Amino acid sequence: MAKPEHCRYAKSHEWVCVEGGSAVVGVSDYAQSEMTDVVYVDLPKVGRKVKLGESCGTVESVKAAFDFYSPVSGEVTAVNEALAKDPALVNRAPFEGGWFFKVKPENPKEAESLMDLAQYREFLKTPAAHGSH
Amino acid sequence: MSATTLRRTPIYESHKRLGARLVDFHGWELPVQYEGILKEHGAVRQRCGLFDVSHMGQVFVDGKDSLAFLQKVNTNDIGRLTPGRAVYSHLPNERGGVVDDVIVSCLAPQRYLVVVNAATADKDFAWFQAHAKGMDVRLANKSDLYGMIALQGPKALSLAAADYPAVAGMKRFCALELDIFGQPSFITTTGYTGEDGLEFIVPGEIASRLWDDLIAKGRSYGLAPCGLGCRDTLRLEAGYLLYGQDIDDEHSSLEAGYGWVVKFDKGEFLGKRLFVEQRDRGLKRRMTGLKLTDKGVPRPGCAVFSGERKLGTLSSATFSPTLGAGIGMGYMDGDAAPGTKLSVELYGRRLAAEAVKLPFYKKG
Repeated sequence: MAKPEHCRYAKSHEWVCVEGGSAVVGVSDYAQSEMTDVVYVDLPKVGRKVKLGESCGTVESVKAAFDFYSPVSGEVTAVNEALAKDPALVNRAPFEGGWFFKVKPENPKEAESLMDLAQYREFLKTPAAHGSH
Repeated sequence: MSATTLRRTPIYESHKRLGARLVDFHGWELPVQYEGILKEHGAVRQRCGLFDVSHMGQVFVDGKDSLAFLQKVNTNDIGRLTPGRAVYSHLPNERGGVVDDVIVSCLAPQRYLVVVNAATADKDFAWFQAHAKGMDVRLANKSDLYGMIALQGPKALSLAAADYPAVAGMKRFCALELDIFGQPSFITTTGYTGEDGLEFIVPGEIASRLWDDLIAKGRSYGLAPCGLGCRDTLRLEAGYLLYGQDIDDEHSSLEAGYGWVVKFDKGEFLGKRLFVEQRDRGLKRRMTGLKLTDKGVPRPGCAVFSGERKLGTLSSATFSPTLGAGIGMGYMDGDAAPGTKLSVELYGRRLAAEAVKLPFYKKG
């Protein structure tokens, strides 16, 4: 669904992939690994307006709960229904079957303020990367 | 805490090799998981899993008064143990609470092994020494000298019996002294997962060799190395108490629903009067299990309600891989009989739950 190298990354470890008029959102491989086995994902409702950096759902793993933050502003147009039946998709395929929701972005250029894959990889080497998840 | 201040078990290097994720557990650097909690949980329920529990403590008791001493400091009846048998027991304090939960094995007449929790090992030993004053008892805290490995699951005994034939005939809660790699060691058919299984107690020098050997030989049995993550989900499904979380100096065995470990007819033991009072007066709070009927994972500390009335908080809670639902237990005021509708407060929301009979899981 999304290729890691085509995504932008938030410091809170969500990725966003903007294609045409739609943005797909999920969490990074690092985030899923830190969360451990995901057992529930509480997603925002379709139609909700989300803002970049706004808390918009919770991931529950066996170990703990993690809030996630929208890496893009806009209206939620779809959520990944498959996660209700198979939340482990987040662990198995965080960039593919494990995506969270789709947004119609207010400003398609907004995502460019986030990190690209190379910058995100550098960020993961810093202590700041390992607090929130 | 910096890694240098954490204690490591003799099996540490093997954990690193197997790709374990290590965490600080009461000052010990221990694996929380290797491949994943759900996978490891499933391996123990369906096949077998291997746990490094070397952080746990071993106290040896001998001398002419050893039985009298152990009867005094235990709620369970150590007098019923014949050599080669073991029992789960609580150490009662003199305030109606519990100092620790332990497994006592009788190795020979007047010679016993007490396995204690890691976080309480030093406290327990000092407390043992205080209560052994004036008695003909020798106490030896050998926690630092021994490694301990738990092999758990329906295939655990057959895997172990291939190398240690004496294991084949062992029932639950038996203890065996034997040489492993030429070193005096112990095997007890005990564990904390709700499955059949056994625990090896071996000198630290051979612990990693035994671990590596079991990992290699276990491959054809579907053995998985297991971390603390699934140890918690397994023990909670089985309704087992975690000392310091579900039971402590302020909560009694009776309140915890463990009246069966308190043998009132065995004679005197510490704090017996308070336990008798609790029993006769009735309990104000008791350990109650609940299962979420809404989706969500309750966590320790979550408040539990019946309607608008707060009944208590969860002392242990997690996602149950076997039931596929959130489960928890905690001390509730009064009686919440199985089937009672409850709710659990989680991140400011109320999730629907119902009281269930403990344990959540019983081996089929």
